[in-house]
Amino acid sequence: MTRQDTQPLHAAPPSREARRDARTTAHLPPWWWLLPALLLVLLIRYGAAIAGGWYAFTDWNGLSATATFTGLSNVRAVLADHDARSAMLTTLKFAACFVVLTNIVGLALAVLLDRHLKTRFLLRTVFFAPVVMSQLATAFIWRFLFDYSGPLNGVFDLLGLPGLKRTWLADPTWSFWAVVVVLVWQFSGLAMVILLAGLQGIPQEVEEAAVIDGASSWQRFWGVTLPLLTPALTVSVQLSVISGLGIFDQVLALTGGGPLGATETLATQVYKQTFVYGRYGYGTTLALLLAVLIAAAAILQQLVQRRAERNA
Amino acid sequence: MKRAYQRRQSGLEVGLWVLALLWSIPFLFLIVISVKPTEELFGKALSLPSRIDLSSYVGAWTQGGMGRALLSSVIITGGSVLGLLALSSAAAYVLARRTSNASGPLLLVFVVGLIVPAQLGLIPTYSAFRHLGLVGGYTGMILLNVSLWLPLAVFLYYGFLKQLGHEYEEAAQIDGATPAQTFTRVVFPLLRPVTGTVAILCGMLIWNDFFNPLVFLSGTQKTPLPVAVYSFVGQFATRWNYVFAAVMISLVPALAFFVVAQRQLIQGFSGGVKG
Repeated sequence: MTRQDTQPLHAAPPSREARRDARTTAHLPPWWWLLPALLLVLLIRYGAAIAGGWYAFTDWNGLSATATFTGLSNVRAVLADHDARSAMLTTLKFAACFVVLTNIVGLALAVLLDRHLKTRFLLRTVFFAPVVMSQLATAFIWRFLFDYSGPLNGVFDLLGLPGLKRTWLADPTWSFWAVVVVLVWQFSGLAMVILLAGLQGIPQEVEEAAVIDGASSWQRFWGVTLPLLTPALTVSVQLSVISGLGIFDQVLALTGGGPLGATETLATQVYKQTFVYGRYGYGTTLALLLAVLIAAAAILQQLVQRRAERNA
Repeated sequence: MKRAYQRRQSGLEVGLWVLALLWSIPFLFLIVISVKPTEELFGKALSLPSRIDLSSYVGAWTQGGMGRALLSSVIITGGSVLGLLALSSAAAYVLARRTSNASGPLLLVFVVGLIVPAQLGLIPTYSAFRHLGLVGGYTGMILLNVSLWLPLAVFLYYGFLKQLGHEYEEAAQIDGATPAQTFTRVVFPLLRPVTGTVAILCGMLIWNDFFNPLVFLSGTQKTPLPVAVYSFVGQFATRWNYVFAAVMISLVPALAFFVVAQRQLIQGFSGGVKG
């Protein structure tokens, strides 16, 4: 090795000016590298969404090149439609039950599987497995479990409790909860993983300090862990609100929206009205309604979170 | 006192394993029913099969077109993920390194794109794609998937690039590398962790997607696994061994991948969400 090679090692680091010179625009990536991504997002996400918003106020049938502006007539038709109103209500009920139950189960799993247990990695794997599986395929497995001659009723027979047997998926009251059970089973593992990531960000010393101060594990959970977990909980809740409002696969595979529309959601209605019955204008209006719901939920959540942060 | 603490721990561990077993019941039934002979299906949902019958797998494979659907899933997911990685890493690189007055608004285009509900654009996209002859083919499906997940991918790449030092790139530039060489040989390899997260997260969402291929590929020979399972179940509604063989075939690739990559998968999920 020559003396010259080793010299830069002893030299002072390049000054700020020298470094800025090394980064002249000639060395930067050409701006057009951004174009393909930008165009796709602008055209298919924004362009299509704006078109969807516009078509919701027209008499468009999906085929014709022209669409006449009809004002609020579609919106009025949707609001007057008993099926659409009930789909909206069901969507909200699904989302609410889904968000609350998934996050409670996920939180419990995350707290229990955070540190101490020896087999915690294996257990996490088991609870996370459904997240990775196709929602449609797992919904068909559950349809069998809920079948009238299926295992759930079989267990009640075995226990000598045939009075508890139900036609789970054909009963308007129970079919709703059957779908909720499947959703919670499928997605609690995701909430668990997000909350575990949050828990691991909490310094162990803080919890130990609480133990030394004589806090019971319950007090420690409410007073220390939960407040520090708020950011992760926010992410998890946000994610579940958005997916909860758009529930589609499970409903189609478990009940098809029945019985008597008891599990029909806005997402299944958008699909059926548009692609099964060919009512494009009406379908876009339903899609707009769903989009407004999602946006409203996101804004509401931001407001609640801001207030919570201010009070904290 | 320590012993009491340990007893409580092992009690908790046993309890959680009981819960884990209950949690796995759907998968246990999936395996058992898929190998049950047809004549043992009715009235005996809880009994074990007397022999292992694989004819339902043959039926699902031949009559359900599962082989073709598997190929479609691989083409659609592979093409979409490759397109996503290429476009989003290049776009994020420009956004992170070329700072100008336009960078902020351009980044905002992608970030706001994250929350534009895809449902609203679905019907206009479908009708535009039909005019362009993109409905019913792989190209249209891949274009749709790429555009749906680009905001998320750009967002993840951008966050990673902003934390990545410039030293290696500057060294490459001083050595005379062109921007393209710098990117492909220096920057992209450094992005490996976030590339893994984007590929796993988006790959899984696209692989399992049912709704979009149902709309864009229904009735063609190019439907991926979820749609193929859906139409197969339509034909064999209560032949549960047939249904479960089809479901099993559709889940095996994902399950195998999960077993191999579960550590990274779980980390990728929590890390990906944290950004």
